[in-house]
Amino acid sequence: MSSESLCFHFDVDGNNFISAGEASVQVKKLLRQMGFAPDLIRRVSIAMYEGEINMVIHAHGGVADVCVDQDVISVTLKDEGKGIADIELAMQEGYSTAPDNIRALGFGAGMGLPNMKRYADRMDVESEVGKGTKIVLEFIVAEG
Amino acid sequence: MTVSGLCEMIGLKPILLPQGDREVTGGYCGDLLSWVMPRAQSGDAWITIMSNVNVAAVAQLTDVACVVFSEGVNPDEETLQKAKQHGINLLNCDKDSFTLCALIAKAIE
Repeated sequence: MSSESLCFHFDVDGNNFISAGEASVQVKKLLRQMGFAPDLIRRVSIAMYEGEINMVIHAHGGVADVCVDQDVISVTLKDEGKGIADIELAMQEGYSTAPDNIRALGFGAGMGLPNMKRYADRMDVESEVGKGTKIVLEFIVAEG
Repeated sequence: MTVSGLCEMIGLKPILLPQGDREVTGGYCGDLLSWVMPRAQSGDAWITIMSNVNVAAVAQLTDVACVVFSEGVNPDEETLQKAKQHGINLLNCDKDSFTLCALIAKAIE
């Protein structure tokens, strides 16, 4: 049984580290208003934040679409950046191609994609070098 | 122990204290934001030397009770503005992170 889903669209500004996180924080607030469990909200918003940061660092921004259904929340992150050459390698903790100025900000520890995987119940990564990356994260809404 | 109480007890300087009555229930220390994010818990005092604007986003997402800048670090203007906008408690202290952790751990025992 599926009821209609609620969808939200966000543009992630690629030139602006200040606004990185705006979308995740907004999603956190929306989910809280909808009455989801704190643990689920935390997982969704943190995974999404990692995605936002990745798009700012590597892809000059992108778009994020969040759809909330009764039993699943999905977050789709799409960019037209340089793409990921070796997804398996990129999924390893500690592997990072972030430049030094990004590391100085406390990112680039090679935890972004692993954190997304850790927090999402399902994760799908499609990427083409030179074309961009699409990541779909799904979070199962537990009953009760 | 509230954030205000913690400030008084161990001499932390409040930079922004919009929610002084929030309860501090634990602590986490770290500067790598992606490392901190899955680990810092709601109600923690987060001790860090990282002071750029992304700290404000991480503080919000993890729902820590306060951010404590150690080693006399001050937040930059953007961080301050964002923290103000979202009601995040920011404190600082001249002590190093290790000493600060020990003091906070003892205070909230």
